[in-house]
Amino acid sequence: MSYSSGGPDESGRRRKVHGMLKLYYGLDEEGKISEKSQSLDPCDINGPHFDPELYLNKLRRECSLAELMDQETCMVKQIRSLDSDMQTLVYENYNKFISATDTIRKMKNDFKKMEDEMDCLSANMAAITDFSANISGTLQDQHAQITKLSAVHTLLRKLQFLFELPARLNKCLELKAYAQAVSFHRRARCVLQQYSHLPSFKGIQDDCHAIMDMLAQELRQRFRDGGTSAKDLSECVELLLQLDEPAEELCDKFLSHARSRLEADLQGLEAEIRPYPTAVKDDSARRSSAGSPTDSSPKTSSLPSPTPNTDILEFIDRGCNEFVSSLCLVIASYQELFISHAQTGELASKNIPQMANRKLHVFVDDLAAQYFSLVERRIQEEKGVSDNSLLVRALDRFHRRLQAVSKLLPSSTVPNQGTEIVIRAATERVKQYLAALQSFYMDSLTDVRQALAAPRLSVAGGTGSGGGPHLGGGATSRDAPNSLPELLSILSASILNQIKSVLASVHLFTAKDITFSNKPYFKGEFCSQGVRESLVVNFIKFVCQSSRQFCESAGDKGGSTPPALLLLLSRLCLDFETSTISYILTLTDEQFLVQHHSPVTPVTILCTEAREAAQKLLNHYVKVQGLNISQMLRKSVETRDWVNTIEPRNVRAVMKRVVEDATSIDVQVGLLYEEGVRKPHSSDSSKRTFSVYSSSRQPVRYAASYTPSAPMDTNLLSNIHKLFSERIDIFSSVEFNKVSVMTGIIKISLKTFLECVRLRTFGRYGLQQIQVDCHYLQMYLWRFVSDENLVHFLLDEIVGSCAHRCLDPSPMEQSVIEVICERG
Amino acid sequence: MYSVLWEPMGDGKRVISLADNQALLWDLQESPTKATVSSTATLEGKGQLKFTSGKWSPHHNCSQLATANDTAIRGWDLRTMSQIYCVENAHGQLVRDLDFNPNRQYYLASCGDDCKVKFWDVRNVQEPVKTLEEHSHWVWSVRYNQSHDQLVLTASSDSRLILSNMVSISSEPFGHMVDDEELSEGEDNPQEEKVKEPLKDSVVSTYEEHEDSVYAAEWSSADPWLFASLSYDGRLVINRVPRALKYRILL
Repeated sequence: MSYSSGGPDESGRRRKVHGMLKLYYGLDEEGKISEKSQSLDPCDINGPHFDPELYLNKLRRECSLAELMDQETCMVKQIRSLDSDMQTLVYENYNKFISATDTIRKMKNDFKKMEDEMDCLSANMAAITDFSANISGTLQDQHAQITKLSAVHTLLRKLQFLFELPARLNKCLELKAYAQAVSFHRRARCVLQQYSHLPSFKGIQDDCHAIMDMLAQELRQRFRDGGTSAKDLSECVELLLQLDEPAEELCDKFLSHARSRLEADLQGLEAEIRPYPTAVKDDSARRSSAGSPTDSSPKTSSLPSPTPNTDILEFIDRGCNEFVSSLCLVIASYQELFISHAQTGELASKNIPQMANRKLHVFVDDLAAQYFSLVERRIQEEKGVSDNSLLVRALDRFHRRLQAVSKLLPSSTVPNQGTEIVIRAATERVKQYLAALQSFYMDSLTDVRQALAAPRLSVAGGTGSGGGPHLGGGATSRDAPNSLPELLSILSASILNQIKSVLASVHLFTAKDITFSNKPYFKGEFCSQGVRESLVVNFIKFVCQSSRQFCESAGDKGGSTPPALLLLLSRLCLDFETSTISYILTLTDEQFLVQHHSPVTPVTILCTEAREAAQKLLNHYVKVQGLNISQMLRKSVETRDWVNTIEPRNVRAVMKRVVEDATSIDVQVGLLYEEGVRKPHSSDSSKRTFSVYSSSRQPVRYAASYTPSAPMDTNLLSNIHKLFSERIDIFSSVEFNKVSVMTGIIKISLKTFLECVRLRTFGRYGLQQIQVDCHYLQMYLWRFVSDENLVHFLLDEIVGSCAHRCLDPSPMEQSVIEVICERG
Repeated sequence: MYSVLWEPMGDGKRVISLADNQALLWDLQESPTKATVSSTATLEGKGQLKFTSGKWSPHHNCSQLATANDTAIRGWDLRTMSQIYCVENAHGQLVRDLDFNPNRQYYLASCGDDCKVKFWDVRNVQEPVKTLEEHSHWVWSVRYNQSHDQLVLTASSDSRLILSNMVSISSEPFGHMVDDEELSEGEDNPQEEKVKEPLKDSVVSTYEEHEDSVYAAEWSSADPWLFASLSYDGRLVINRVPRALKYRILL
């Protein structure tokens, strides 16, 4: 039980100590955390809520006797160790306290000694102060006298300087040390002014004035002579300014002097533009008169203009080195003299800087305008499109050097004007490139024309001049294949290459290392409007336009364009539509990083345009070729006397020509266009259709047509036929394939044949001849068209109409016709 | 002999005949039984030239004749029988027919094998005033309506008959954009073309009743809204100008 009473006591004391220590060291927060876990357990002997009763009861309830005994010894051990710890702590603290007390006692003794010494020091200082006051009192008088003496001395020296001044100035004048003279005079000027009422000073002042006038005269003379360097000049001006010369006049003089020198530079430049006064005089005069900035006569630049003896880079270089740099020098010295210098001095009050600034601006603008007009004239002479890099480099240098001016004169418009010139030059260049591209395109078309003319001699010679049909066909197939597609590929490749090279040269304008390439114009408008729209898009439009012109101009004049060229161009336009246009535009957009701020022509519009052009060309081709054949047919029908003709022995030569021409056209078209779809027909088409064809034209029917009812009969037949066949559009649009083209041509030819036959009157043998001819055409033409029934129908119509127009319609035996046709 | 033309106005005492390369002016008045040739004009040039068509102008007191040979249109003064104008290459191919505007003395319509119908001002023969390309084959006939000359009828061997409304070159302009006087004087052709009319030049309708080539078209002389066309198969079709258009013209 004694443990039970001692236990809680002990633990209570310990907890109090523990708590106080915690309070002392500020462990509240940690305590809180621990409280949370400990507060819940009243049986924790180290916890703050320890309840001895509970703990004891718990122990007694839970533990055996042996465990209780162990617990008890353990606890006693712990108590003992705690006691000894406490004793050690108290002892140590006590020792420290004693030593601190000793130290404080020692310090007290030392301070007392120091106090005595300080008192002694202050007494000494008071004695020294007394002595010093005594000494200064005795020296006072002498000091005042010395000061007075020295003042008199300086005054005397000044006077001496004044008296000597005229002589000095004269000497300076003799030695041409103007700067020193002016500085002397400046020093004396105020004094002389002040004491001018004294006669002696007056004399000196007059002398000085006379001398200074002379000096000013001298300086002005030097200034006027102008042969001196810029540095001398500026020195002169500086001195004159110090001599109170009127600044405005000086500004004018300075500027006019600078102007004369700069104008000399400009004249040098101008001389460069017209290097050969005798030979090129009228030429350059014409150009200069026509070369005003508004003049944009689209001179075809295919022929390089007679270039002056210096290239543009050299010219610009010279302009920069001579004119621009001296201009900068003038501006710099002027600003230093009249503006920055004046701002600090007394001149600032008289609005001198503003006035000077104004004058400078006028001056610079004026001269720069002259310079720019020269540069522009020179740039306009740069017509040859061969080397763009030179121009770009020249422009770059031009632009770069103007930046110097803009640094000197931030408010000046000169750099902007320079940029405008660059922009104008660039747009002009783009125009020139467009013209060059166009002329290149026209040239290559001429080449193609010539190339077509050469092989066509053999083609046309074989087929055109009426050789045998088989020989003609052979010649065509032998010669043509290596011309048309090759020409097409050469043409399109060369166009593409040309565009690429032009793009590459134009691209120089936007190169990174060119100073003006980061101007907003060159970043935006130049790329989108300049290059994309006015160069690339315009060129594509031009191609379409010129192609279309071939249709129109040739339409009235009757085919001045070779048909093969039409075909070729049509294919070219079609290729443009399918691939080339989008390729070129993508290339442009990529190269120039075109950002479409402004609306640009979309690819689709160009494509439709190209497709329309292709369609129109192909239609025109069909018309021209159809016309050629129908012209032959018409002549052959119109010029013959069909009433009094002899019995047909063979097919007329014209029909053979027609078939030959159709074959050669077929080959020609086949070279460039795909086959296309046709209505299916059997392998033995010519034979079978022939029989169908002839069956509708049985001799019996013709025999019947004598009778009065017969015309009704044939009419009915043909009308029924027409009811079931579609209406034929003769000159209709064709598709982009061979069969469609051929169908169009044959339709036109046969329709012409029909109309011509209707205008004539036939005899018996005339009808029979037409029968033979139609059969021959039937044998050969079916293979070209998409729907052979079309040929049958038209030929039926021809023979039918012919029978109508016949005085004695007795048709030929079918077998005889066949024999004649087979015989050739 | 290609064709015979009666004097369009007056008492019908004169006749022109066109044959091969000669145009003969006959006077029927001299003797009651026999016509006498009062003057002749001959077409001269390279090759064998033949008149293919002709028209006697109702204007200028019937003193002008227009003829076509191959691709050219020529005008003749009947008083001197000399050529007064010539439109070379009026059409790409043969010129088939001509007609004078009944109200505007210098205006002439022509059609031909190039499927086109062209309107000419004979004072300027370089360029046609207007071109129509509606047909798909030879145009055989072109006729102005006698009282409303904006209505033009064309017949073609593509078996179509087309009625066009050529407002911009007619003598009665729609709207009040242009002075009547100015138009009737016939000056400033290019300007006229640019004038925006409420009714634009257009094809009024296409008549496809014919199954074969249409060779002739003619307006009724009694009813200005009636016209007929004849085709190869012997079919004669009579049509009326659409009612809507009629009212637009009249009102």
